[in-house]
Formats: sequence, structure tokens, C-alpha cells
Amino acid sequence: MALLDIKGLKTHFTTDAGILQAVDGVDISINRGETLCVVGESGCGKTVTAMSILKLIAMPPGKIVEGEIMFEGRDLVPLTSRELDDIRAKEIGFIFQEPMTSLNPVLTIGEQIAESLRRHEAVTKKQALERTIEMLKLVQIPNAAGRVHHYPHQFSGGMRQRVMIAMALACRPKLVIADEPTTALDVTIQAQILDLLQDMKERFGMAVMLITHAMGVVAETAQRVVVMYAGKVVEEAPVDELFGNPRHPYTQGLIRSIPRIDLDAEHKTRLEAIGGSVPILINPPVGCRFAPRCKHAMSICTQKEPRLREIAPGHRMACHLGDAS
Amino acid sequence: MAGLTLASPSAERRGYSPLRETWRRYRRHKPAVVSAVLLLLLIAAVVIGPFIWRVSISDIDVVAGLQGPSLAHPFGTDDLGQDLLARMIYGGRISLAVGLAAMLVSVFVGTLIGALAGMSRGALGYALMWLTDLFLSLPQLPLLLMLIYLFRDGLKAVFGPEGGIFILIVLVIGGLRWMPVARLVRAQFLSLREKEFVEAARALGASPVRQVVRHILPNALGPVIIAGTIDVAAAIIAESTLSFLGLGFPPDTPTWGRILYDAKDFLDIGPHWALFPGGAIFIAVVAINFIGDGLRDALDARKVI
Repeated sequence: MALLDIKGLKTHFTTDAGILQAVDGVDISINRGETLCVVGESGCGKTVTAMSILKLIAMPPGKIVEGEIMFEGRDLVPLTSRELDDIRAKEIGFIFQEPMTSLNPVLTIGEQIAESLRRHEAVTKKQALERTIEMLKLVQIPNAAGRVHHYPHQFSGGMRQRVMIAMALACRPKLVIADEPTTALDVTIQAQILDLLQDMKERFGMAVMLITHAMGVVAETAQRVVVMYAGKVVEEAPVDELFGNPRHPYTQGLIRSIPRIDLDAEHKTRLEAIGGSVPILINPPVGCRFAPRCKHAMSICTQKEPRLREIAPGHRMACHLGDAS
Repeated sequence: MAGLTLASPSAERRGYSPLRETWRRYRRHKPAVVSAVLLLLLIAAVVIGPFIWRVSISDIDVVAGLQGPSLAHPFGTDDLGQDLLARMIYGGRISLAVGLAAMLVSVFVGTLIGALAGMSRGALGYALMWLTDLFLSLPQLPLLLMLIYLFRDGLKAVFGPEGGIFILIVLVIGGLRWMPVARLVRAQFLSLREKEFVEAARALGASPVRQVVRHILPNALGPVIIAGTIDVAAAIIAESTLSFLGLGFPPDTPTWGRILYDAKDFLDIGPHWALFPGGAIFIAVVAINFIGDGLRDALDARKVI
């Protein structure tokens, strides 16, 4: 049984202009101890999918209209926010994108890390402090015993992201959702943070759902990849399969748009880009949502929506192109 | 480790305690330290004063009326020959207590209403702000008079003449001064509740009450402290207005405001009579304002001092 199994999730937002179908029928499953990457452009529903799992989206205007989110065999969708509080951080940890603003400026980092421990586990203040210092050591913050009493503004961006990781992992959750944890950091720090996540994952044996739009990060960390476009899953495959044999035109476009320093300079090729941008998801196009930007679009693409289906073991995609070949 | 040296070398050396750290930061604000000493002296004077200066506040000696400061009467006497030092000490108790208690009432009510309005996403928020605007637009003095007329006798019967009036005045002054605090708090909450760190707290399983009390409120406290210190000053002055209109404490009970108003007709022949209560109110108000300033700086973790 998968640790987390999202089936047919639809999260919609009510706006003045109409219903925005941010996530529209997404199936994602994550096994124990697995790293799953969710990739796609900005605005294709990655974050909303992740936030829907713990109901962290603002409701209203957001609403989970359909689907189930099975975590260890238990559906999270009907749970109230109060019931979810017991799962947040304890079972499923969440690492946010912005380490600069996701820490409370008036509380010391120690107080903030200890907060989830005190909330979820019966520990005394002293035990919580000890475990907090231990967590800070694990995320490689030097002089952890002294730094635990410092305020967020006394840390750099990379250090704050380490603190965020310590916060999310303090209760040893079974699943960690990391929403673009490296986007706000520079490249060397990105690599350190990804290494740290990998290290923590192995140490605690937890599953990681990593949301990103950087294909380089995907290739480096993932075991399985889910490609999302306009609120839907368009392709899902093990990482080698996805990079070696991408089948959906969108995935192919994403991979071709990675700069290659080894090839480009010699061959003087231009970096390929996918023209256009993600459609606004109020009244989305009929048929395949990628069709307006797709080089291979056929007449059927604008009429009938392609279904996600298995084309090889563990490799699923949603495109009419596969039917023809 | 630039951050380490920048932060707080003293905290590193002696082990950490939030209280000590706050005190270290408070000490950097010199006017606030001087003000704290002054206010403590004032409070000590009005609390211990009657045990040292044992002159009665109501001994009338018309012959010795309107005398300037002397050894027998260090602050001089009023038109009835009553000793001003004794009356200042007694009045200070009431004035300071009214000021602080009314501030607590207005800050508490204002924070509660502002927080509810700021967190509500529906009709409640609008309703509470209409209420705030309504209170702001009420003519306060007639309302004060009416409330005091209505409730004075009832409270006097339950808590005694002075206790009853004290409670009534504190509630009425505090109850009519919470609106600016409510607006401040609401405005802070509206922006703070959308911050990422609140979302992060939610992702850690913090209940809505905990999100407010632990994560949002401390971030909104700076302006509230300042508003609170201004309220103390305003309450001391409002009490003197009420006393002047004959609606505060009974006329024979001295408060700083009452003494000041009694003195106003004798400014040309007995200026000392007005100078002492005026000076006391001035010192208390300025000191409390500086203390608020220092407290805000000391409690704001973002500010490096």
C-alpha cells in the first residue's frame, strides 16, 4: 500500500471572474521512503496540490471539490482542521519556499522548533530544548547550543532553510512535503540543502515529495517524477525513464529547455523554449490543455481530453500522440 | 560568525534568559531607564509617603492659606490652608491607579475587539469595526456624564463611596478609549495573518487560538504598547476633567487633576498650588511614554541593539 495516495483530487478557487480549476483531477501516489518530484511551470497546480494534502489552502475561496487523499489508508479530505492538526508536522511535515518570511521574527528559532515537539509529543520544556539542539546539529548548524536562542534575522537564507527543515522534521514525520525549498537560495546553497534533505531522508526513512520547477534538481534527487500541467498530471515515470524516454510533448519540451553547457557551446544551438504560457484555469481549453502550445497538436487534441494511461510499467502519460504510434 | 558577535555577546557568556536579554536591551534606552526610576520614585512616594508625612489632608487652617513652600508645608498650602504635600501624596495614589487601570481596560478591550475583527473574514469583522466607528463618533462627555449618573449610586452601595467611584471611572474612561487600540490591532492583524510564518505555524499543527496568541499578537504588540502609554496619560487627565465637573471623586478627595483645577483660580497669587500637581502629571506622563518607547525597542527582536 502506498503511504500517500491522491485520487482524482480537484481543488477549485472561487474568484470574481469565475471558478478557477487550479487542480483538476490529479492522481499521485508516494511509497514509503521514496522521493517523488512534482515538476511543472509556475501556475500549473503543484503547490495547490501539496497544500491540499494538509488543507493549508485558504478555504474559502479554495475548496476541495472532489477526490480523496488516502494517508496510510485514512482519507484526509473529510477531516476537520482540528483533526488535521494532529497529522500536521507529526505525520506529514511541510517545508516552505520562503525561508526568509516563514519564520516568526519575534520568536527564537529554538522556540519555533520546540513548538511542534511540545504540540505533538509529551515532552518537558527541557527535553524539547535538548531535542531542538539535537535537530539543529543534525541540520548542521554550527554551535547549535548557542544558536538555538537566536532570532531568525540573525541567520542567513541558507541557514534559515536548515532551520525550516529542522522544524518540519522535529517530530520525525513519515512524509515531508518540500515546496520549492531551494528556489530562494543561490546555487551552492541549493546543492547543500538538497544534500541535507537527502541525508535526513535516509536517516529517518521518510518519504519526500519535492515540488520544483528546476529539472536539474529533479535529475539529482528524484526516484519517480510526476509532471504537471495546467492542474493535471500529464506524465509520470521513474526518473531515468523520464529523462531517457520522455513521451509527453510537454515533458520533452521541459527537458529540452535545460541548458547544456557541454553541447551548446560547440554546436551553437539555440536553447529551446516552449512557446506561450500556462492557460488561465477559468474556463480552460476543451480537450488537451497543452494543445494550444503543442507542436504535435492534432485535431483530436482540441476536442477530446486525453486520459492518463500506462504505456510501460510505471510510466503513465496523458497524450493522444501515444494512441497513434 | 559575524552573526554571533552582532547578536549578544553577553547572552553567550552568561547563558540565556529571555528576561535578562530584554533588560539588557531596555538598558540601552537611557531616557527609558531614567523614566523608569522616576516613575518608581513617584509610586514609592505615594505608597510610602503617608507613613512618613503624617499631616492630615483635610486639616483646615484658613489663616495659613495660600502659603508658599516652607518647612512646615514643603509644597505650601491651598486657600483653605490644607497641606499640599499630603494632598499630592494622597491624590497621586488615585491618579496613578486610575491611569494604569484605565489603560489596562482600554488595551484589553481594544486588543480583544481588534484581534477578533482582524481575524474574522466575514460579517463579524465589519460589525466590530462599525461598533468601533460608532464609539469614535459618540460625543464622549455627555455619555460619560450619563453613565456616571446612571451607575454611581449602585456601585457606591456595593463597593463603598471611593471604591465604587474608582471602578466606575476606570471602566468609563477605559471603555471610551479602546477604539484607537482596536483599529491599530486590527490593521496589524490584517497584514500579519497572511504572513508565511503563520501558515508555517498552521503546518506545524498550531490551533487558531495558538496562531493568534503566540505568532500574530507578539508581532502586533509594538504599536499597542505605545498606544497604551498614551492612554495612561489621557486617563489621568480625563479623571481630572471628571473631578472638575463634580462627577469624579467627591470634591474633598484630592486627586492630581482635582488639585490642579482647584488651583486655577489662584494662579496669580498662589502659583505653587498649580505647579506641583501640574509637574507631577507632567513627570508621570513623560516617564510612562519613555518607558513605553524603551519597552517597545527591548521587545522588538528584529531591532539589533
